[in-house]
Parts: sequence; structure tokens; C-alpha cells
Amino acid sequence: MLGLDKKDTGLLLVVVVLALFAPFILNLFPTNSGMAFFNGGYPDLMQRFAIFGIFAIGFNILFGLTGYLSFGHAAFLGVGSYAAVWMFKLLNFNILPGLVLSVIAAGLLSVLIGYISLRRSGIYFSILTLAFAQMMYAIAYSDLLGRWLGTTITNGETGLQIYNDDPQILLGNGPNVPHLFGLEMRSKVDLALGPWNFTFPVGYYLCAILLILAFYLSIRIFRSPFGLMLRAIKSNQTRMMYTGLNAKPYTLAAFVISGMYAGLAGGLLAAMDPLAGAERMYWTESGAVVIMTILGGVGTLIGPILGAGTIKYMENIISKMNESLLDSWFAFLPDWLQHAVVWVATWFTGEGWHMTQGLLFMLVIIFLPGGLVEGGQKLTGLFGRKRAQTQTKTEPAE
Amino acid sequence: MTKTLSRRGVLKTGAVAGAGVALPTIFTASSAAAFTNEPTGSTVTLGFNVPQTGPYAEEGLDELRAQELAVQHLNGEGDGGMMNTFSSKALKGNGIMGKQVKYVTGDTQTKSDAARASAKSMIEKDGAVMINGGSSSGVAVAVQGLCQEAGVIFMAGLTHSNDTTGKDKKANGFRHFFNAYMSGAALAPVLAKEYGKDRRAYHLTADYTWGWTQQESMAAATEAMGWETVNNVLTPLASTDFSSYITPVLNSGADVLVLNHYGGNMVNSLTNAVQFGLLDKMVNGKKFEIVVPLYSELMAAGAGENVQGVIGSMNWNWQLQDEGSKAFTKSFGEKYGRPPSNSAHTCYVQTLLYADAVERAGSFNPCAVAEALEDFEFDGMGNGPTTYRGADHQCFKDVLVMRGKENPTNQYDTLEIVEVTPRAQVEYAPDHPMFAGGDLGECNPGA
Amino acid sequence: MDVIIPQILNGLDKGSAYALIALGLTLIFGTLGVVNFAHGALFMIGAFCSVALSKLLSVSYVTEDPTQKDFLGNPLKVETPYVESWFGPEVGGAIIDWSVPLAILFSIPIMIVVGLVMERGLIKHFYKRPHADQILVTFGLAIILQELVRGIYGANPIQTPAPDAFKGSVDFGAAFGFDPNVIIYPYWRMIYFFFSAVVIGGVFAFLQFTTFGMVVRAGMADRATVGLLGINIDRRFTIMFAIAAVVAGWAGVMYAPINAPNYHMGMDFLVLSFVVVVVGGMGSLPGAVAAGFLLGILESFASMTAVKEVLDGIDQIIIYLVAIIILLTRPRGLMGKKGVMED
Repeated sequence: MLGLDKKDTGLLLVVVVLALFAPFILNLFPTNSGMAFFNGGYPDLMQRFAIFGIFAIGFNILFGLTGYLSFGHAAFLGVGSYAAVWMFKLLNFNILPGLVLSVIAAGLLSVLIGYISLRRSGIYFSILTLAFAQMMYAIAYSDLLGRWLGTTITNGETGLQIYNDDPQILLGNGPNVPHLFGLEMRSKVDLALGPWNFTFPVGYYLCAILLILAFYLSIRIFRSPFGLMLRAIKSNQTRMMYTGLNAKPYTLAAFVISGMYAGLAGGLLAAMDPLAGAERMYWTESGAVVIMTILGGVGTLIGPILGAGTIKYMENIISKMNESLLDSWFAFLPDWLQHAVVWVATWFTGEGWHMTQGLLFMLVIIFLPGGLVEGGQKLTGLFGRKRAQTQTKTEPAE
Repeated sequence: MTKTLSRRGVLKTGAVAGAGVALPTIFTASSAAAFTNEPTGSTVTLGFNVPQTGPYAEEGLDELRAQELAVQHLNGEGDGGMMNTFSSKALKGNGIMGKQVKYVTGDTQTKSDAARASAKSMIEKDGAVMINGGSSSGVAVAVQGLCQEAGVIFMAGLTHSNDTTGKDKKANGFRHFFNAYMSGAALAPVLAKEYGKDRRAYHLTADYTWGWTQQESMAAATEAMGWETVNNVLTPLASTDFSSYITPVLNSGADVLVLNHYGGNMVNSLTNAVQFGLLDKMVNGKKFEIVVPLYSELMAAGAGENVQGVIGSMNWNWQLQDEGSKAFTKSFGEKYGRPPSNSAHTCYVQTLLYADAVERAGSFNPCAVAEALEDFEFDGMGNGPTTYRGADHQCFKDVLVMRGKENPTNQYDTLEIVEVTPRAQVEYAPDHPMFAGGDLGECNPGA
Repeated sequence: MDVIIPQILNGLDKGSAYALIALGLTLIFGTLGVVNFAHGALFMIGAFCSVALSKLLSVSYVTEDPTQKDFLGNPLKVETPYVESWFGPEVGGAIIDWSVPLAILFSIPIMIVVGLVMERGLIKHFYKRPHADQILVTFGLAIILQELVRGIYGANPIQTPAPDAFKGSVDFGAAFGFDPNVIIYPYWRMIYFFFSAVVIGGVFAFLQFTTFGMVVRAGMADRATVGLLGINIDRRFTIMFAIAAVVAGWAGVMYAPINAPNYHMGMDFLVLSFVVVVVGGMGSLPGAVAAGFLLGILESFASMTAVKEVLDGIDQIIIYLVAIIILLTRPRGLMGKKGVMED
């Protein structure tokens, strides 16, 4: 189907189902039950899943296929956001010009940074990309570019946002929130089903459709001769050069493609929430996409999406567990035991959520070298040994 | 794994299809309610969005303590704290409008993005009707913008930039904290009295919005008193070592150093300045002095003995002797074993003020609440008679000028009150040039 | 001149910290071939050794003083450190006052244990894994170490002053004929510079002039051959890891009085120290030290008003700008070896 073999079609279907039914899958628990805390099916988080999924899929095209570890991909995310918000400020709230420009801007920037950085390999390449991104972060955070030009470009630490006196030359009577030809991103439909409540946000479905397209494109790239070439670069670049092939145009193409994915993700972030902050370009964000990819499974098709989802879920859910909530959960225990359990739990929840994150990184990478995808394979191996033969399985690039 | 998930997906499809046929009316467009997150049950949820990780984590955790205390008092637990001294008596200790108060917490990480994500989850998932807290102006402006779009009330926590109620003011947002202009207006006369009117000041300024407005305000206020501004050097926020910005100071002919820094920046720049012996020097025949325009108890504690003798300003301090401050310090101190910080005070007071405004308005509708808060005058919450100005949603009250204590008796006793600057002295017109360019806009009830 | 000299001093001082951290990082790169993202955390733990020792020495018993009141109006609890009651306020006070220099000794066993546990317990299993895996696992470890410190000491910076004898600054410009107040420098920062010079010199001497060092250098150059000679190179590399941990720890111990330690100081230095190491060139110890001082001095120059007037905000981007220029003109940094971490 669609030029994919049976295995890839299955994988694509899984992603389609996951994406389209996310409002159900993420809201497993009835709204008023104690477990509702763990529900992640609200618009903002679902949108983040899809957007960072796109970001990680793109990153995986570069890192998973060529092995070039960029430590500066957040720069493209940030540039995408700034481009989109500027379109909102100048034209109107229709997200289409913003998304298009964000992809173009990130693409152009990645041509520049990629062309320079790809003159080096290994850790020298990583540090070059890191240096570019950190420079752009500093420029955005203090709006140095704006200061050099005597105007406002990034609006500094506050972040670029839309004011009532912005030109918005096409606004007219159109909606005053981001929309796609009148379809407001923040509008949503609620479905009450017994004790359950499900939310279907317009913005999320736009992100989900783009995620599916991005995923489909990444499968096509993985299975194309171009993808094969990229893998050859990863396994042995010197040998490739001896055969007379110049690897650089291929790596540069991969770099630019992944930069454009990041730009799209950045544009979508702005489309869902029209504000672009400089910390989107900070090295921790570049590091986060590296971690999402490795955590999910480098070089696998679906891994980056799983990794992005896991990290964003932890960041948004575990950080909200506070002490009084823990007290209420463990209220059934005897007093002394309750205090002990809550004391231990506070190290890992609320303000301690970083601890859980660090622990997860270590555990996954120690016990599941192939990331979460390997964990999934082990699980299916355990429970469905018979079916595992015909099962749609993801396969690492190497 | 993939198999099980897709099977579940199929089940869900079936369920939805079935439900769709059977119950066509259960789909509700979200505009059914009169305003965003109208509380329908017996409880109402407030969202406390504070930095729990990163450089301002301690500040955020202190805000959280105060917010928990406020919720207790609203629900009629504990000794009631400032509810007993508050001039408005609308609060009964039975929650807000008879609804029990619940709260959710989140981590802003002191990043606009994370703060907005956290606030969104409170609004979209937990049904919060009000967001409170924060410890930086960038975050406050970002979350204020979000609350305006979403249609909930934002009670900004610690935010000191002029922009929060100036260029970036919003109809759904209210600030209890003072601002950079007020710091300058309160500090300048005290500085002139203590150090003389013939001084030359050297500014080191954190290179972001708050730093800029702070520096602008301090320069304007001190120049009006006759001081001269020798130089203003912007320092990167990421700086950890300020030695290379401190060394040129003594050479410049300046005899006062103004550190427009906050948080870790302030702790390090002050420490470095003291290390270089600036406070022991005589320049232009006068003793060299350092000024830190914005103090906080936690940062003063972080700077340790380096704050001794250094003058700065604050929104509130637990050493104030009015009935409201005493009541709050007592109930906070008895619960947590430490005196509250001024950011804790801000968040506590704001939570009570929001609840009171709802009671007086008789509705949780943000527009009704905003109307009740606009130009509301009250007393008994520390800082004397206080007004929430309707024109820009800035709070006006007395401002404290503080000095680092020479001989602290314990770890909380780092600052002493030099002067309580009366409110009249720090007031300004809503269209003051430092606050120009903003537009409050219309109140947005959302939905 | 009078503007330049203090900035050179500042640069040397910043450079000392960068060089010390980068030196340990390069040792681990060079010997074990591991990208250690937890190296900043080792620096942070070192700084907290100073904090811990000063807290430990100030462990106090509490007496109530009814003549004074605390903030709630209860009798004030007065804390008297045990050392002061044992040795008298004079000697006891002096011991507490000297806690940072004492922490140099105190930190040795701690850093060695941390280093050995890290290497034997975790990093050993990652020699053969891709660098990306090493980054992720050590980054996870760094987060955990940092959270542990935050859990114990809180997020606020903790002042850990130098002994009274080293407080304040010296006006040594006056000795060379400059006007007074023109070139002043704090005692402790000068001590930091000399301390790091001694440590760096010590590490080089150890590698150059001892048999152990010779074997390690041989192992860095060609691990397989040294192994074939029947030398247990792994054990020596483990020891080198412990030494690198101690060097990073010492950089932190001595840094505590310069800027108050906080739990995220390791992360603040992490990215910078990687840039330093790579600019110096992978696998080169002198390169790392040279790059540390170079970037420290350039950073200081860039913060001068005269330079900032040329390009506003240059001090924010100088390090990265220089790193890019150096890496583009010299493919392997200042003194990098061919083939190290290039794939």
C-alpha cells in the first residue's frame, strides 16, 4: 500500500491508529477516578506529543541513518517558531503561511549550518552544531540581532508574541486566534461517555495528520536508495569515498531534511500557542531530542515517536504530583508507613521529577540498548511468541 | 506491543461507533459553559504554577508553601491568618462561595514554554479558574498572555519588570508585586540621604527584559537626585563569574556600583564585588558603596555575609509589625518553622484576594472577578492601605527599603528595614513613559 | 595597559577552572574513550565537599537563650558548634574557618570512591557501546547526582567563604608603578590559579615521569598492543578515572569560595568544558589546558566595554564564535590527534 511493503504498511497503520485515537488511548481513566491524574488526553499535551514526535522523526533521519550526532537541532525548532509568529504578526492568524515559512527558514538555516559543520565529523561536528545553536540562543535571548539592526526581532527573554497594534495586514474580520482558513486551532469537541470524558481538539488533529505524513515520508526515505546511501555513510564513510562517491551532498541533504522537520515542529508549536521563546533553542532542548531518539530507539522508525511521548508525558504529568496528592493516594496506609512512602516518593515526583527522568534514561539504556522499541519487542516476545513470527516488527537501521 | 495497541484501537473504534449511534447528544461543543472552567460541582480548583526546578526553585517552593496555607485558611482550617486582619470580610472560611478549594501544582522551570505548558494543563485538564505564582517576569508575561487567551484570571507572583503591567499588561492579569519603577522611586531618596547627592554610579545589568527596565528605572530615579551614571554594562544571564565585569569598575571613577541582577546572578556578582574588595575602597574621597535594587530573603541568604551594609528594596518583609504581617508570619512560621519570604507573601495574599473578589462579585466569571478587583481598596494584608489600579492592574502600596544586617542572629535574620516608603512616593500615572505602549484589552471570559 | 592586565588575570582565573575540568574530561576521553556527561557533576560534587565539610565542622548543639526572641516570639535557639566547645572558640572557630582548604583532603577519598564506583559500576559496561549511549547514560547519572545534592542541600546557593586570612584583595598594581586601585586582585583567586597550575603540572609530571604514567600513555596510544604485552591496562585506566574524578573534584572544592556552590553548577560548566576539550583537540592533554586558558582570556576580553562597543553582546557568543573559527581552520582543534572521536 502507498508504495510500502507489508511490514511498513503495518507500522504506518499503527501510527495512524495511535495518532487518530490518542484522545481515547490517553484518557484511559474515568474523569472523577483517582487515576484520572495519569490521563494525558488534554489538548496541549497531545499536541506536544505529535509536535515533538515530528521533531524526533526528523532528527532520526540524520542521526539514525548517517550517525552524525547534531547537538544543535533546537536552533531549527526555534527559528521555525519565530518565523511562524512573525507571519502572525505581519499577515494574520492563518497558520498556513507561518508553517510554510517556518519550514523554509529552518531549511535555509540548516543549509548554512550543515554546509559548515559537515566539513568535520564525529565529535567535532557535534560541537560545531552545538556552538551554532548556543550562539543563536544567546542572540535570541537578549535579542542581539534586533539590537544590531535597531529593531525587535525575537523580543528577548519574554518571547515573541502578538500585540493588538501589530500590522496583521490580512486580519480583517478573521479570527483573533491561530486558525486554518477559519478553523480555529483551539476549538474542540467534547465527548462524555459514562464516567469518561474525551476531548477532540482541532489543533491536535492537524498536528496528528502532519505527524502521520512526516512518518510516512520518513519510511519512504528509510527505504529509498537515498536512505541506503546514508546508511552506507554511517557504516563506512572512507570505503564509500574510495568507490568514488562524495558523501557530503547526501549527508547535507539528510541534515537539511531533518532541519526542515524541526522547523515544521517549531512552526506547529507557534501555531498551537502563538508565542516563541528563546529557551526553545537552548542546548538542553537539543539534548532532549537526542534523548528522545535514543530512548525510543535510534534508527528505528517508530522509536523516536515513543521516546518523544515518554519524555513529554513525564515532564508534564510527574512534575504535577505534589505532596498533598501523594498524601491522599497513600492515605489508606498506617500513618508511619504513609509518611515513609510519601517521603520516598517526593524524591521522584513534583520538584523531584528530574530524578525520575534521570533514572529512566539510565535504566532504559542499561537494560534496553535498543531503546523502548527493543523493550516492546521483548514484551511481544514474552506474551506472543507464536504470533511474533508474523508480527509487524520494527528493525534498527544497522 | 504494537499488536495489543492496535487491537485496543479497534475496540475503541467500535465503542465510539456504538456510542455515536446510541447517544448523539453527548457531543458538546466547548462553548456550552458561560466562561472557561465554570465550577459546577462542590469544589473549585486553583492552579499554582511556580518554579520547582532550576535556579529559582527555592523561591517557588516557598510560594507553594504559602499557597497551601492560603487554601487551608480559605477552607476554614488553621488559624485563618490574614483573613482575620483583611479589611474585606466577604470570606467566611467555607471555601469560595461555599465550594471547597482544591489546588493543582506545576513546574514552570523558569522557562516561558514550560510555564505555558504547565498552565495549559491546569486549565485544560484540571479545570483551574485561576493561575497564580511564578518567579520571573519573562514567565509572568508569557503566562499572563496565555490566561488572557484562555479566559482565566492570572495573579502574577514575583515579577518586577515594568513591562508586566506596562507594555505587556493584560485585562485578565493582576500584579500584587511592586515593580522596577517603584524600586527606583523608593530607593533614590534613601540613597541620597545615606550616600549623598554627589555620586557617580556604575551599573551592571542582567541582559534581559527585567534587567533593562530595572536599570532604566534606577538610572532615572538616581539621576533625578543628582547622581551621575558613569556606565551601564550588560551582562549575559548565563554568566557565573562576574570578575571581568567587576574589575573595570574601580577604574571608571565611579563610587557606587548598582547591581541590576537577581537570583544566582545577584548572588555571584555581589560575592565577586565584595571579593574584589570594592566595599573597602575610597573613591573620590568617599567610601565605595554597592546597591542591589531588588532584594529577596532567599537570595540574601544565598549571598551570605556579602550583603552586609548593602541597600536594596523589597515588596514586603516578615519583620513588619502591622497586624496583618504578624498574623501571616505567625501562621506560616508555626506551620513550616521558618518566616515567609516576600514572594510567599505575594502568593498568599493574591490567593485570598482572588477568593475575596469572587465572593464580592458573586461569580467565578473572570470578567466579574476582574471588575471586583479593579480599583479595589483594602487594608490588613501587610504594606498598609492598598489599591489594585483599574487602569493597568498594578497594585499600589508601601515599598520597603532594606539593608543587609551587620550582625545577623540567625539564618533568617539577614536584612533589616531601613525605611517604609509611603505609597504616594512610588505612584505614577498609568501612561508614564516607562509603562507606555501596552494595551490592557478586553477582559476575556473564554469559552 | 591598566585595562588589559586585570582582564588577563581574570582570563587566567576563569581559564584555570576550564582547564582543570577539561583536563579530567580529556583524561577520560583519552584513556577510556568515553564521553562523560557526568563530569560536570563531579565538579559540582567537589564543590559540595567544601559545603559538606564546613557543615560537618559546624555541627552544633542547641541551647535556648531566653533573653533573645526568634521570629515567632519563642526563646531564641542558639547553636554552638561542637568543635568550638571542644577546642574553645578560638581554635574551633579557626578550624571551621579553614574548612575549604581542609576539604581538599576531605574530598580525596570521596572523589576516589565516587570515581571508582562510577567506572566499575557503570561506565565499564559502556566502553563498547556507541558514544550516544554513553552520553545518555552519563547524562542520566548527572541528573541523579544533581537531584541528590538538591534534595540534601536545596536549590539555593550556599556561601562557603575562604579562610579570613585569604579574604579581600591585594593592590599589586601599585607595586609596579600603576595608580592605586587600578590592578587589584582577590587573594583567593590568585590561590586558585596557582593551585590549578600545580595540579595540572602534577598530572603532566605523573604521566611523563612515572612508569605508571608511561604505561597509561602507551595504552592511550595503542590499547591492544599494550594489552598483548601482558599489562593489565584496564586496572590502570580505572585508576586514571579516579584521578580524573579527583582533579574535577578539586576544581570544585577550590571554586566554592569564588562563587557560592549550587546544585546545577555542574550543568552550567558541562557544555563549556566540552567546547574547551574539543577546541583543544581530542586526545590531547596540553591542548585541553591551552584551550581552557585561551577561551578564558578571550571571554574576559570580550566583556570589556571597548570591545562590546564594537559588537554589542559579543561577550555572549565569543566562546562559540571562537570555537567555530578554530574548528574550521584547524580540523582537529588546537592539538588534536588524528582518528580520535572522529567517527
